Amino acid sequence: MSDMMKVSSNPHIRSKATTAGIMGAVVLALMPATLFGVYNFGLHALIVILVTVASTVLTEYIYELLMKKPVTVWDLSAVVTGLLLALNLPPNAPLWLGAVGGVFAILVVKMLFGGLGQNFMNPALGARCFLMISFASIMTNFDCDAYTGATPLAALKAGESVNVMNMILGRTGGTIGETSMIAIVLGACILIMLDIIDLRIPGSYIVSFVIFVILFGGRGFDSAYISAQLAGGGLMLGAFFMATDYVTRPITKRGQYLFGIFLGIMTGIFRLFGPGAEGVSYAIILGNLLVPLIEKVTVPKAFGKGGERA
Amino acid sequence: MNSAGERLYNGIIKENPTLVLMLGMCPTLAVTTSAINGLGMGLTTMVVLALSNAIISLLRNIIPDKVRIPAFIVIIASFVTVVQMILQAYLPFLYDALGIYIPLIVVNCIILGRAEAYASKNPVIASLFDGIGMGLGFSAALTVIGAVREILGAGEIFGIHFMPASYVPFSIFIMAPGAFFVLACLTAIQNKVKINGEKKGKDMSRIQSGCNSDCASCGESGCGRRFYGAGKEDGQEPKKQEGEVK
Repeated sequence: MSDMMKVSSNPHIRSKATTAGIMGAVVLALMPATLFGVYNFGLHALIVILVTVASTVLTEYIYELLMKKPVTVWDLSAVVTGLLLALNLPPNAPLWLGAVGGVFAILVVKMLFGGLGQNFMNPALGARCFLMISFASIMTNFDCDAYTGATPLAALKAGESVNVMNMILGRTGGTIGETSMIAIVLGACILIMLDIIDLRIPGSYIVSFVIFVILFGGRGFDSAYISAQLAGGGLMLGAFFMATDYVTRPITKRGQYLFGIFLGIMTGIFRLFGPGAEGVSYAIILGNLLVPLIEKVTVPKAFGKGGERA
Repeated sequence: MNSAGERLYNGIIKENPTLVLMLGMCPTLAVTTSAINGLGMGLTTMVVLALSNAIISLLRNIIPDKVRIPAFIVIIASFVTVVQMILQAYLPFLYDALGIYIPLIVVNCIILGRAEAYASKNPVIASLFDGIGMGLGFSAALTVIGAVREILGAGEIFGIHFMPASYVPFSIFIMAPGAFFVLACLTAIQNKVKINGEKKGKDMSRIQSGCNSDCASCGESGCGRRFYGAGKEDGQEPKKQEGEVK
């Protein structure tokens, strides 16, 4: 009997979307930022990316073999994790850093909590923070052949002036994939056109961050300062590619706005008042932890329950 | 179940206070930044635990039931003060390393738990060995956690540097998150061993903290079964053995 004739329980609405399809689209959308990173920082960046992706995929494969679980590496989610993690590493990172981060992301953050769909925080960001805490000096050393000195955000924090045009194009120091705002937004447009993400989380994230910076940045409505804050660091990469992770974002619409606003405020607090220059990854991880709570308070009323009596 | 050897085995393996009963988490997570700190904390706790268990067991027929907790605390606090002064006098480096966690041994739930669940109902010798066994189990767990954290986080063991010079230590392991990672992994290994043992038909899991009967009628606060027993809320007999993965 064909699949169409089977009587099954609901849901009956079918979609052609598969995990591998969505993850493949995300990989595609990350390509502009990846290629720009390789172009910007040279061959070593490419090797770091390849090692990190290989590490995440192999970790998932070996873990599932050892635990006698169905092998799910073909859904490409490990590739996305590896790629995102690599884009968050400094371009001159030693290769073992990517490998260790990949193992941590998949093994500890994802597989030990039950695999794809069960992880409570974004694996790539969890691993980034793990590396950040463990190897702070390596993770914040952005000197490489092409660029030396402070990243634009650190310079901004120190009160120096920065070249906003270079930051938007991406010709600055930083992690492999975060520097070019144009490349990231290009990738985000692909995701939005393919209907894989929508603007609820990135939009509310960026708008609330801008409002926070205007209120507390100490410079008022200074468009150069605001655009430098927007283009600098991992804000764009985080807002479009990490905060929108299907597994670790809230599923309710109101919850997604709340989530974005929370991220914007936390990023603002970390950047303006924290000791470091950057705070996107910590903000998103904190947001991930709050997701169950956010979902609990934003559950929509089921049809027929509650509401005004006529 | 009251022989000295059985009590030691019970404390170290079967009801290991850290990895099975999950008691005393605060010192476990806080002081195990190195193997020597873990060992020091464990042994200090063991001395207090053994002595307080013995005294409480001696006084078990004299202490009125209604004021037993304050009475236990007074006894435990006295021993902690003695041990603290001895440490300060003879092992000042350990005293400095453990800091506030020495006076906090007073409120370590392992000690009060054993007083309540075991020493207040059992004879002196058995209680003394119960304290030593539990203390050794605690020391062993803390030393292992401390050793793993020290090896990964500093490339050393008991202060001796042995990793190759190219090894870049994972400093997260000597910070707070590392304690959780290591504790979780050890607990998982312990559960795995237990499950494998049960598959071979051994009775690996029965937690018998002073009681060996029906949980539903059990009013004991220090009893591990309260937390680990299955299906007792609705008055049904637990179908599974306690201690299986929850």
